[in-house]
Amino acid sequence: MGAFILRRLLLTVPVLLGVATLVFSLIHLVPGDPVQAMLGEGAAPAEVAQLRARLGLDRPLHVQYEAFLGGLIQGDLGTSLRTNEPVTRAVAERLPATAELAVASMLVAVLVAIPLGVIAAAWRGTGVDYTATTLALLGISIPNFWLGPLLAIVFAVQLGWLPVSGRGGLAHLILPAITLGAPLAAVLARMTRASVLEELREIYVLAARAKGVSRTRAVLHHAFRNSLIPIVTIFGLQFGAVLTGAVITETIFAWPGVGRLLIQSIEFRDYPLVQGCILLIAFTYVAANLLTDLAYGLLDPRIRYD
Amino acid sequence: MTEPPAAGGRRLRDVVGGPMAVAGLVVVVLAAVAALFAPWLSPYDPSAQDLALRLAGPGWQHPFGLDELGRDILSRVLAGARISFLVGVVVVSVSSVVGSVLGALAGYFGGWFDELVSRLIDILLAFPGLLLAIALVAVLGPSLMHVLFALSIIGWVGYARLVRGQVLRAREIEFVQAARALGAGTPRILFRHVLPTALPAVVVQATLGMAGAIISEAALSFLGLGVQPPTPSWGTMLNAGIAHLLDAPHLTIFPGLAIALLVLGFNFLGDGLRDAADPKSVQA
Repeated sequence: MGAFILRRLLLTVPVLLGVATLVFSLIHLVPGDPVQAMLGEGAAPAEVAQLRARLGLDRPLHVQYEAFLGGLIQGDLGTSLRTNEPVTRAVAERLPATAELAVASMLVAVLVAIPLGVIAAAWRGTGVDYTATTLALLGISIPNFWLGPLLAIVFAVQLGWLPVSGRGGLAHLILPAITLGAPLAAVLARMTRASVLEELREIYVLAARAKGVSRTRAVLHHAFRNSLIPIVTIFGLQFGAVLTGAVITETIFAWPGVGRLLIQSIEFRDYPLVQGCILLIAFTYVAANLLTDLAYGLLDPRIRYD
Repeated sequence: MTEPPAAGGRRLRDVVGGPMAVAGLVVVVLAAVAALFAPWLSPYDPSAQDLALRLAGPGWQHPFGLDELGRDILSRVLAGARISFLVGVVVVSVSSVVGSVLGALAGYFGGWFDELVSRLIDILLAFPGLLLAIALVAVLGPSLMHVLFALSIIGWVGYARLVRGQVLRAREIEFVQAARALGAGTPRILFRHVLPTALPAVVVQATLGMAGAIISEAALSFLGLGVQPPTPSWGTMLNAGIAHLLDAPHLTIFPGLAIALLVLGFNFLGDGLRDAADPKSVQA
């Protein structure tokens, strides 16, 4: 197991380096002069030269790259052009809000999807199954930038039950968490249904039933337990969708997280902050994938990468 | 591998895989026709403004109502369909061709090229979903061209992975080895024998990819990073609707409904095609 973990950790290093390199090169993709783009056409040459020096863009490319990687290792990603605040601090301040939203949405997804998937599998081919499957496909097809506003229209505007935007108590969290959790719930429910169905076909379930185990127990105790491995995997894979979905959801509900910070920084052409947000989200995703793989290895001792 | 029965001898629902898939196909075809003939079907010019009627709700004259500048929403939804299909077709074509070719070459030749493509795939997959597209459009500037470029950059990866895997498997199949033993050249083996085995999977991926590209364009435009006003895009229209959730919810309802329906259509169709192409069901 130790070797497996070490190997998996080592495999992550080149990916992180690749991600960092890509994010570093982003600013050099800006058409024309990035500094001129940030300051606008009317900026004085002295101003342009000053910002260029501040961003280090006047140095040779390899020096910039080394400085970027060196800073990254020390947690120094430069300062925001707009507020002068260190990028790391600006991003860290927004992190708890995004984490809160992500955890809440995953909770919503699990609480809805797993019972729905298990019930659909247990009553396969019935109206219950049909309803659950259709709901799941709807959940996948309805974009969250439509679901969010719809929920806001119904529950905030029409019924007046919940606040339409901002972060505060639990009431503020409900609509964003459902918006972000719904597509995840849909994918999870489909996966749970398929996975439980697969297990129900196995001989050991049949054997348990033959020995007089009740149908409910066979589904919950035998089939469901073994179907957890693919469910955990899909949960890990879908974490990426949660992160991207957070960018959209935070924008809809004015939720003060990293996603909203990213979009605001793009509007202000605050490239260091844009880079910081992108790096943080991508690194979080890589870490989540790593954890999923490790959990996978722990849940199923047969799985080892060699 | 047995030859499948001729398509002419099968009913449509067997080919696309069930009644849901047929429903999906119908939605997609209707939407495509609407997009194609939008200029003739639209009751009004999608950019004509009637400021006196701004934000007016749905009625006989304007079935979907009017937007914040008094433009007919039905006409704009129809015009937006053209953008959605344009993005879907371009992104899926570019990414499926580029991805399939790179994946096939990587899987067939192995070695340093495979290593290079695989590492590139790993790095691109380290960015969740749309994030890289958001980053690219953020630095390149918002425009339709940049959306097409960014979505293709992230789109080819899925096809490359898929085809690479299929090719690795096909390389070992007897008829491919037989072709090689008979002296067939590499391009012939690759394009005549190996790639066709991957085709059904690519078609399924492309159908679901249409849904993905359409949602992604709408998401980028919603975030203000995609198609710029006054060009009507469903995402841009939703973005404008956010400011009027209180007084004019119809700004949000109709463009969103259009996205959800079309995406649902492609998803139903893709799911059906996948079931129809599933080797397990073919063998049974």
